[in-house]
Amino acid sequence: MNANAPRKAQLFVTCLIETLRPEAGMSVVRVLERLGVQVEFPNAQTCCGQPAFNGGAWDDARAMGRYTLDVLSQSDAPIVVPSGSCGDMLVHHYPELFAGDPKYGPLAEQIAARTYEFSQFLVEVLGVTDLHARFAERVAYHPSCHLSRGLGITQPPRALLQNVQDAQVVELHGATECCGFGGLFAIKMGDISSAMLERKLDAIQAAQAQTVVGCDVSCLLHLGGGLHRRGTNVATKHLAEVLDTQTD
Amino acid sequence: MSTVLPNVTFHERVDDALRNEILRTALDRATGRFQNLRRTALASLPDEGAVRDRARLIRAHTLSRLDAYLEQFAASVERAGGHVHFAADAAALNRMVVEIAQQHKVTSVVKGKSMISEETELNHALEAEGIRVVETDLGEYIIQLAGEHPSHIIVPAVHKTKEQIGKLLHEKIGAPLTDDPAQMAAAARAKLRGEFLNADMGISGVNFGVAETGTLCLVENEGNGRLTTTAPRVHVAVMGIERLVPTLDDLSVMLQVLARSATGQNLSVYTNLITGPRKADEDDGPDELHVILLDNGRSRILGTEVAEILYCIRCGACLNACPVYREIGGHAYGSVYPGPVGAVLTPALGGIAPWSDLPQASSLCGACREVCPVRIDIPRMLLVERDQAVRAGKMPWWLRFGLHVYTFTVTKPALFGIATWGARWGTRILGAPNKGWIKTLPPPLNAWTQSRDFPAFAAKSFRAQFQEYSAQKKAAQK
Repeated sequence: MNANAPRKAQLFVTCLIETLRPEAGMSVVRVLERLGVQVEFPNAQTCCGQPAFNGGAWDDARAMGRYTLDVLSQSDAPIVVPSGSCGDMLVHHYPELFAGDPKYGPLAEQIAARTYEFSQFLVEVLGVTDLHARFAERVAYHPSCHLSRGLGITQPPRALLQNVQDAQVVELHGATECCGFGGLFAIKMGDISSAMLERKLDAIQAAQAQTVVGCDVSCLLHLGGGLHRRGTNVATKHLAEVLDTQTD
Repeated sequence: MSTVLPNVTFHERVDDALRNEILRTALDRATGRFQNLRRTALASLPDEGAVRDRARLIRAHTLSRLDAYLEQFAASVERAGGHVHFAADAAALNRMVVEIAQQHKVTSVVKGKSMISEETELNHALEAEGIRVVETDLGEYIIQLAGEHPSHIIVPAVHKTKEQIGKLLHEKIGAPLTDDPAQMAAAARAKLRGEFLNADMGISGVNFGVAETGTLCLVENEGNGRLTTTAPRVHVAVMGIERLVPTLDDLSVMLQVLARSATGQNLSVYTNLITGPRKADEDDGPDELHVILLDNGRSRILGTEVAEILYCIRCGACLNACPVYREIGGHAYGSVYPGPVGAVLTPALGGIAPWSDLPQASSLCGACREVCPVRIDIPRMLLVERDQAVRAGKMPWWLRFGLHVYTFTVTKPALFGIATWGARWGTRILGAPNKGWIKTLPPPLNAWTQSRDFPAFAAKSFRAQFQEYSAQKKAAQK
């Protein structure tokens, strides 16, 4: 544990976890609290606005951005985001969207400077890689694109997974290739998205993974939906859920 | 820029491609191979990152002073004995080439691979004047015989299997029927030899123009570039205005990353440096050299948010890395420039209105940016063009409306609460027959459920659970 690790953090839980995978959010809370970090949850938070941004509806994206920046600036605690894509939005795209704005430009920069993706927060800010977790399954790690290429976070999730007792981490063929979710892309370019998905599902089944673990619930929704449609029993879990299995 | 297949929509082309098993097998093999080769070749550099940083700097610097470097380049070419022409658009370039051909009573032309000539449809313009044009790059020769357009900027016939090519060569030039690449290449080579020696004019592209010396650098593997630019009595080189580097030293940096990124070769088999036509004391070379520089919309994007796409050195690495390109191939894009670079460049040059589909055909995964030798931020520019598309009215009305409603809802916590409550009930009802999994969503969301199930919203939202959890903790502390 780093000597000057923060004692408080704000959780930006993301709209997908809020509505579709709340257990991942609760796992984030418990994992952070066990590490001595008090979790604040600004109740007015909703959505970072990425779907509108990616779609080119930047006025809408800015409206959601201003709202989110106002919510997160009420506290000066660092912000933890259990999502690579929402994290990338806050860290890189908010400053871009508000460049030149006299109020939200500087605010976006300030917020970006203290926003961390969940695994990054554990490993780089708190200095922890072993949560004494236990998860006895064949586990495949899916390195989501905005996490690994957008934020450059490649090692922290793997370091955390390696220390999970009894977990057998298997490598997926073509692991770093995009799963095909891409936000609205999954709907607007549904045929291409599905073709990309099929490759990933084949790789997951070939690796005989029992659970696919990732840091982005968006990808897990897409992969999990496909795995279920194929009639498999392969589960999907956010990294926090796997780490929230403390042995001691 | 005209569409390659104007009567077919983007989605129709995509569907055709996705159903084409031969195409997808060919693309899988080729892109996989090129990606591995590229990685190995770049790893042979002592500091790959530093070379790419420098390469980007050279391109950025050149573009920031393009007007000055174009003047210097033109003066240098002329000093070396060449003629320089500036073509504002595709029609102008075609007209200039035809005029030069007519002045020199040209009846047959050999061509090296040139994306510029594809962009302007130069071959059609020449053929309309009764001038015979023969492509000499093997891949271009193949697609010329097949009457098709290139589907990749480096390997234009990547969409064809060797079996298909063998049959084509047999039918069109009487080559013995085979699927052995060496035999096919030999047959084409024999046929093309005669063409080189009989042609009146050679047309080539240019990989880099060196402003300091007026040198044209032409990178190739087959030797057809060498023959095209030296055997005929007139050489016409066509290039985009952005394809300059300031000095020969700068050229050497670009050459360290070009072939490595394109095909995984440390250097291509032939690297031609052409400075002026044949000199008095030389035996080989054309009598005349004409260099035509094409604008066709490039100067208009300088200084804009998509200007960076002009850094491109046409290596094709982004095509090979793109998971979308791998599924649909080059023809689906409908443009002479496919893949990630094409998805940005085509609307930038041809306007966002006719090309608004291309920037949408990406999951923004960033693989292209990761492999670009000059570190072009393609995803950023795709997003910029998506913003342009919305402002040009190209977003479907229901999506525009839906996003406005979404924005309105999520910026008001009470409404957010009501909306998520409604969605929770809606999805739980839809998912009830299948243990909480929805098999069919209503349109337009049915695109999701074509290949995936969708889970019902959780019974208790995160904030509801967190509130209970916090309340329990508080109670326990008392």
